[in-house]
Amino acid sequence: MMHFLLLFSRQGKLRLQKWFLPLPERERKKIVKDMTTMVLARKPRTCNFLHWKDLKIVYKRYASLYFCCALENQDNELMALETLHRYVELLDKYFGNVCELDIIFNFEKAYFILDELLMGGEIQETSKLSIVKSIEASDMLQETEQKRRSEHPSSSEIIQNTTCF
Amino acid sequence: MPAPIRLRELIRTIRTARTQAEEREMIQKECAAIRSSFREEDNTYRCRNVAKLLYMHMLGYPAHFGQLECLKLIASQKFTDKRIGYLGAMLLLDERQDVHLLMTNCIKNDLNHSTQYVQGLALCTLGCMGSSEMCRDLAGEVEKLLKTSNSYLRKKAALCAVHVIRKVPELMEMFLPATKNLLSEKNHGVLHTSVVLLTEMCERSPDMLSHFRKNEKLVPQLVRILKNLIMSGYSPEHDVSGISDPFLQVRILRLLRILGKGDDDSSEAMNDILAQVATNTETSKNVGNAILYETVLTIMDIKSESGLRVLAINILGRFLLNNDKNIRYVALTSLLKTVQTDHNAVQRHRSTIVDCLKDLDVSIKRRAMELSFALVNGNNIRGMMKELLYFLDSCDPDFKADCASGIFLAAEKYAPSKRWHIDTIMRVLTTAGSYVRDDSVPNLIQLITNSVEMHAYTVQRLYKALLDDISQQPLVQVASWCIGEYGDLLVSGQCEEEEPIQVSEDEVLDVLEGLLVSNLSTPVTRGYSLTAIMKLSTRFSSLNRIKKVVSIYGSSIDVELQQRAVEYNALFKKYDHMRPALLERMPIMEKTATNGPSETVQTNGETDSTILDTKHLPSISQPASQANDLLDLLGGNDVVPIIQTTVPTKPASAGGELLDLLGDLSLTGGPTPTPASSVPMSQPPFLLDGLTSQPLFNDIAAVIPPMTAYNKNGLIIEFTFERSNPNPNIAVITIHATNSTEADMTEFVFQAAVPKTFQLQLLSPSSNVVPAFNQGSVTQVIRVLNPQKQQLRMRIKLTYTHKGSPVQDLAEVNNFPPQSWQ
Repeated sequence: MMHFLLLFSRQGKLRLQKWFLPLPERERKKIVKDMTTMVLARKPRTCNFLHWKDLKIVYKRYASLYFCCALENQDNELMALETLHRYVELLDKYFGNVCELDIIFNFEKAYFILDELLMGGEIQETSKLSIVKSIEASDMLQETEQKRRSEHPSSSEIIQNTTCF
Repeated sequence: MPAPIRLRELIRTIRTARTQAEEREMIQKECAAIRSSFREEDNTYRCRNVAKLLYMHMLGYPAHFGQLECLKLIASQKFTDKRIGYLGAMLLLDERQDVHLLMTNCIKNDLNHSTQYVQGLALCTLGCMGSSEMCRDLAGEVEKLLKTSNSYLRKKAALCAVHVIRKVPELMEMFLPATKNLLSEKNHGVLHTSVVLLTEMCERSPDMLSHFRKNEKLVPQLVRILKNLIMSGYSPEHDVSGISDPFLQVRILRLLRILGKGDDDSSEAMNDILAQVATNTETSKNVGNAILYETVLTIMDIKSESGLRVLAINILGRFLLNNDKNIRYVALTSLLKTVQTDHNAVQRHRSTIVDCLKDLDVSIKRRAMELSFALVNGNNIRGMMKELLYFLDSCDPDFKADCASGIFLAAEKYAPSKRWHIDTIMRVLTTAGSYVRDDSVPNLIQLITNSVEMHAYTVQRLYKALLDDISQQPLVQVASWCIGEYGDLLVSGQCEEEEPIQVSEDEVLDVLEGLLVSNLSTPVTRGYSLTAIMKLSTRFSSLNRIKKVVSIYGSSIDVELQQRAVEYNALFKKYDHMRPALLERMPIMEKTATNGPSETVQTNGETDSTILDTKHLPSISQPASQANDLLDLLGGNDVVPIIQTTVPTKPASAGGELLDLLGDLSLTGGPTPTPASSVPMSQPPFLLDGLTSQPLFNDIAAVIPPMTAYNKNGLIIEFTFERSNPNPNIAVITIHATNSTEADMTEFVFQAAVPKTFQLQLLSPSSNVVPAFNQGSVTQVIRVLNPQKQQLRMRIKLTYTHKGSPVQDLAEVNNFPPQSWQ
């Protein structure tokens, strides 16, 4: 089971945090700090695995973002790398050539996609297609709701902005 | 009130802040606006406000005032609201917050919503952060959804069930019926989550495990699914680099591992498929290797046939040669797990593993080091040690302590010769001297003492090392101790192993004095060197110089040094007659435990009733006990071994204790003086105050007359008495058994019992054969504690074999002379 998943930039700014265990706020902040320090200190050509307390930390760098997750002892680290890669692929498919800014400005979407891939620290869907379909359907649901409620829907507004916020 | 700014707008604004203070200001302003908006119960923009709050929360700012708003969003009918509400709940509301239970009702309603995406949101939230109470309340709903035909919901319900089981294990039974046909699904999402659910159930409950093995025949089902995955053609939906649904494959392999562990039938059923996966998986990409890795772990855990195990180890061996660092790391970790069980197979890859010591990656180096230590054995010790020593030279400081300890352990277990052992230790001390653990100094000293023939060689090498470098404290401490002990060998140039060096006494003393004054020496080291100098007073002839040094340090600021110097001074002045015996060569120490601290033998003046109770008796051998006492005074990090004269193994007798030193003096033929030179013991004021040697054989004994306790069938047992000097309540009785018949009495055992008010201790007899014709006697020591000074009475039991037949006799001894118990 994955204990947590973090995304942070090269400067150590947190872009996404998903916790699968109930931890107090203070401890979460400490863990985030520890992870960013540890991972950012790693030299470029070292392996992607670390040991921290009794957990295995798997991290991978994609452009300017570090994807970092914590696994239990019996979990397969190499497969965790595949999971992280799968998440990046999904983001890429959704945003079209995803970059860090997409995740900054649309963090709630990043969470929604993650919630379709992982639940309770385990993978819930192995088909990329299926996940993309679910996200698109949910977005459509939101859209139609908005359309019904707004009096003068402008087509450009609907296409560009699937959020009312 | 103007509409609150949009989320994107806020993010853009905050990002323009140039300093932390500016950002904080913006955030505070926005928080205030959001708070007032919340107070106004604005339904339209609640969603927007909470979203902004979540962004600010991610930046690290407090957002607790939004918790209730999340609940309101969840309760709303709008899908948009629910989406953000549930996201907020997952980020802000965990089971530690009091309000989270309010979610339960909303989640319950949403679990039964008409839209599957709303149901999905509810399941997701429950499955990620539901508390035990929530899980208990909603488990029924989850179970219902587990049986639905909607695969989107079914897979989410399965993972939600996993979370429920983790939180409330008692509810596991509830989900059992629903698992019946989970594996007959075609949908990979459902299959994957079902396998996870089954794994969780099997891991948690052995009953479930055996149920699934036997009743549900899970293994054949899983094997079939796995086979289909491998054999099936290309499926674009689940393909990753040419492999069909690797995530599912890995999970199935893991469940197979749990099912096959410890179970022959299951293991056999999966042998084929494991072999197939192991040989057919494409290894060019990470994903293939991930599957192979899981396969290897499974093979090693179940009761696989040996061919399969060898295949697994070979896969790991191939991993070790892979360019990808991750794979090498994973291989080393797995080999570490299997090295105990499949030692020989792993040995074959030893050279590759040793090469990994030179890898640049820190994680790999550490794993390789651990594995190398596990692989060291008697055959490869020389080669391995060379590599390990080279590694010790060049590795990071964090490794050095562990590496040094590992080398010491390995050297101790497998050293091919004493000289090699000492050389190895020297090498470690000189290269990583400051990183060795504190307890290694006493261990090394003990090792050196035991290799008697190597003393000259050792002291010479240590001396040479000291000349080079005095900064590494453990090395310096061991060296000064050795020079103190074996300085005479050093000066006389007796070394056989290598070219003896020409060293004069003055040069040696120069070095030791140099240690005393050097800034690099710690106080402990200084203590060692002062003691060493003192010891040399009996081995060297330059007494004046030593006396001078010792007296100088009598006024040292360091209290420890000062005390030592003062005491040594006193040794020169008042107790010079004791000095040779005190500073004699240390006897061979026996180790009682490998790593634990040895107990100090307490020699103190009060040999009262505790003597009979303590396990460790004071040493009889006087110089040893005196030297031990000397060490007692020094305390601290000095070597504190249990000093015992090497006791010949005696048959265990009633009351015979481990350190049966008194017993070993009961030699045939009655009382004899102790083997070591006895030093006249006058009552000393302070230095030797603590010293007692049991004055077994002094003149006081003559005061109490001996008596005959038993005389029957040719066996005569005589008691002779001594009184334990410091404690008049203890009577020490030595029995002498003689045999006047013409046949030996063999297997002679003497046992005694005393009334309740007394305490008795029987020590080992000198032998258990009483020779015929009074040719010798068996002696044994009895100690009787008589605090109430009652009349001593004893019942004795004798068993022996005489002329082939066993004899047993009981007798009462009542004729003790009054002086023995008054």
